[in-house]
Amino acid sequence: MCTVCGCGEGETRVEGEGHEHDHGHHHHHEHAHDHEHHHHDGHTHDYGQGPAHAHAPGLSQARMVQIEEDILGKNNQYAAANRRLFGEQGILALNLVSSPGSGKTTLLARTIDDLKGRLKLAVIEGDQQTANDAERIRETGVKALQINTGKGCHLDAHMVGHALETLKPEAGSVLFIENVGNLVCPAAFDLGEAHKVAILSVTEGEDKPIKYPDMFHAADLMLLNKIDLLPYVQFDVDKCIEYARRVNPGIKVLKVSATSGEGMDNWCRWVKATQQLALIGQ
Amino acid sequence: MHEMSLCESVLQVLEDHAKSRGFEKVKTVWLEIGGLSGVELDAMRFSFDAVTRGTLADHARLEIIEVPGAAWCMQCCKTVSVKQRFDACPDCGSYQLQVTGGEEMRIKELEVS
Repeated sequence: MCTVCGCGEGETRVEGEGHEHDHGHHHHHEHAHDHEHHHHDGHTHDYGQGPAHAHAPGLSQARMVQIEEDILGKNNQYAAANRRLFGEQGILALNLVSSPGSGKTTLLARTIDDLKGRLKLAVIEGDQQTANDAERIRETGVKALQINTGKGCHLDAHMVGHALETLKPEAGSVLFIENVGNLVCPAAFDLGEAHKVAILSVTEGEDKPIKYPDMFHAADLMLLNKIDLLPYVQFDVDKCIEYARRVNPGIKVLKVSATSGEGMDNWCRWVKATQQLALIGQ
Repeated sequence: MHEMSLCESVLQVLEDHAKSRGFEKVKTVWLEIGGLSGVELDAMRFSFDAVTRGTLADHARLEIIEVPGAAWCMQCCKTVSVKQRFDACPDCGSYQLQVTGGEEMRIKELEVS
């Protein structure tokens, strides 16, 4: 838009090139604006050189405003509020992320069965549509709340904050947040969780960690799920772990099968130990 | 990635600042986007136009300042440039790299009126 008359025709760039649109359209300006320097004849008025290309004398230039703000700053503020709440109440929040079909919900249901006598549990389920997953979790007897993101491809900290108001997880509990099945977007959105846990199944490619590096970089733990199927699929476990360490040298890896139960004790021990850590320093 | 929601976040920040700093129109937005941030620049531009339509930033120009990815190589003890997170050190081939730059997603400044 032209700063002189406010006309919105074409964004003109003025970096030494001159103002290219002509003001032939009808609108009434009370102020005397002069567009004489339209012709470039050697003498250079450099009014147009600045970022705010006002070029008539006596008119205020558009202002520059320094912002220096993270695009995700808002989300991070909500995440910090969630994290504060978790800290005050000794709640361990785990953000479970994976691609669709990795067996996240089955793994979660199994985990709940294994842990529910020993720990206080709550679940937030994120999906684009349907409340199927939350219903499936509620069948285990644990409090669960479904968030439908509609068009959204990930949960954000604001949605989780609202979910917490309704769900009200007990102090000292473990809160599992099952994110939308997507290995891309949830990586960037902090929900206030203590850890992201990435779930990868052996029916997927072993190179997923380097195909979706941001997610595996953001996760502290990788659960390699469906290992009961290893005899039937082409999946190089060592290679997969090597790839994961390439993008995240500190990532911990546990091999599990939610169906056969193999390795689930290790995962449950990890949850319990991490939950103890969440209680320290309350 | 999720350029649409990023642009919605940008718009939210603009609207907040419009109130607190007293401007009505945004004409240009400068964003700083890192090479390792996972943001697709073309998608960002496309989403920006779509999201800002009919708002205070209608027809605003989007200027993207790209910040190249950089990492500290623990073997070479120096900063090297990387294009992806899983890149090896271009000098020694080691994967022991700590990313030090290129994760930015910031709104730098605005031209407003």
